[in-house]
Amino acid sequence: MFYLDFEEKLEKFDIEIQSLIKLSKESDIDVDGKINSIEKKKQIELNRIYSNLSPWQIVKLARHPNRPKTKNFINSIFTQFTPLYGDRLYSEDNAIISGFAFLDKLPVIILGTEKGNDMNTRIKHNFGMAKPEGYRKSQRIMKLASKLNLPLICFIDTSGAYPGKDAEERGQAEAIAQSMKVALNCETPCISVVIGEGGSGGAIALATSDIVIMLSNSIYSVISPEGCSSILWKSSDFAETASNSLKITAKDCLELKIIDQIIEEPVGGAHRHHEKVSSDLKKALVKSIEDLKLLTKDELIRKRNNRYLNYIV
Amino acid sequence: MNWLTDYVKPKLSSLVTRKEPPSDLWTKCGCGERTLYVSDLKENLNICSYCDYHMNMDVNSRLKNLFGDNAFEFLEVPFENNDPLKFKDLKKYSDRMKDAQKKTDQKDAAILAQGEIGNTKVVVFILDFNFMGGSMGQFVGEAFKIGCQNAIDLNCPFISVASSGGARMQEGIVSLMQLPKTVAAVNLLDQHKIPYISVLTHPTTGGVSASFAMLGDIIIAEKGSMIGFAGKRVIEETIKEQLPEDFQTAEYLLEHGMIDMVVHRKELNQSLSKVLSFVKK
Repeated sequence: MFYLDFEEKLEKFDIEIQSLIKLSKESDIDVDGKINSIEKKKQIELNRIYSNLSPWQIVKLARHPNRPKTKNFINSIFTQFTPLYGDRLYSEDNAIISGFAFLDKLPVIILGTEKGNDMNTRIKHNFGMAKPEGYRKSQRIMKLASKLNLPLICFIDTSGAYPGKDAEERGQAEAIAQSMKVALNCETPCISVVIGEGGSGGAIALATSDIVIMLSNSIYSVISPEGCSSILWKSSDFAETASNSLKITAKDCLELKIIDQIIEEPVGGAHRHHEKVSSDLKKALVKSIEDLKLLTKDELIRKRNNRYLNYIV
Repeated sequence: MNWLTDYVKPKLSSLVTRKEPPSDLWTKCGCGERTLYVSDLKENLNICSYCDYHMNMDVNSRLKNLFGDNAFEFLEVPFENNDPLKFKDLKKYSDRMKDAQKKTDQKDAAILAQGEIGNTKVVVFILDFNFMGGSMGQFVGEAFKIGCQNAIDLNCPFISVASSGGARMQEGIVSLMQLPKTVAAVNLLDQHKIPYISVLTHPTTGGVSASFAMLGDIIIAEKGSMIGFAGKRVIEETIKEQLPEDFQTAEYLLEHGMIDMVVHRKELNQSLSKVLSFVKK
């Protein structure tokens, strides 16, 4: 487990508990009482931290290395995931994964940015930063979902679209713009879930949907707090201040009507409660699809377009 | 300290130091090398007469550049910027807005007008880089949508002229929503078979290039303008290598199949007239 800077005490408690468990295995000293009392203290500390998270702490949680990633959610919520690859134009982009899967008995299509869980997979998935081929693959998958009339479920966890020479050469801007356009014309229910970082253009390319859901410790932003700090404060020292000003938390986004629903993560965050978060998210997805299935194709598209067209705060 | 350091020295140094030219008379060319006389520059459509660098244009000059001698009228954008996040960085967003309004004499970074280019009636949407870097917040998004609706009502082609650093950070996540908003407006144009010409000028980047600007049926870019998604500096920092000099220029984009034509500002009206003669409704 990776401990964040504000979780220092939790780490101490966990180390104490581990050493007590070790001790009990090596000798016949009864440590249960001691462990219980530390567990209680740990719970109090967890409650204290997680009942009052600042936006900057949420940024850190959204980027937590142990936080469940798109693949983890695919495995915990769906069955028979069958990946689909390639944009049919240039290349496969591992930063975005896609494929068929069953949500209970309902076939769906999944699309999502994948950050990876360790160094090897992070490199393989380019840290979740997609290139134009990733967004063009997304368009292909959206059109496929539309044609086959399968609900489209998008997972978003990206710091942003990849800023690279090759990405610019192949039209990163056009690829993102076109993804939104294809999503707006998709003739099937579209649901997006921000599970970690919802970074700017790279996120909205997959989040132009009928229903947008956020996990409570995820973020959704036009620019990273660090980037905002260096541009507006002309220094990298104001990222925390920027994180307060930018309104990037799930609560802020719900208030601003940018998203429709928050899945509350239990005290301790999704990285400590993967199963519970998965089952809550699964329920929300099933309910969302049921609701959207009541609409005709025309109604779906009209409502989705109007959602964005008429968006004003 | 004595009168020599306190009084004489500053007097002397003020005589010796080179004074900056008054900013309203002289300006630096975008190439960074020459100092140009502002009134000459204005007469030359803000193009450097030495190196042909196309500098930013204020809205009124741009309107003249687009419509030539033809008459045009402004179209109303009935929306007042309301600072949705009550944002403050080193300065309050509301104060930045006031400064920009004073500087440009515009309400926000976008204006709408209708008139004839060549012999074709059009609705134009123009971004003003002088207004907070032409950044896209709620006003700009709303202006774009209303422009599209006007073109549909008038059944005439729609032209957008972009110059922007991207989304307006001071509107945070609300500014990100302007991307799908403008894309949905382009969708409306498609549904009504309204021709959409996107003109890209220096610079067109970030959330503006990643939304309506790259979705034109025909995309025209002004000579030498910088067009891209990510900034050059960010890319160099990410890939740790130097980028070619012509990286993200209009000419580079043409070569890579991203746009239809690169035009000199003096020929923009002519090029638009020509394209419009084919797509006229």
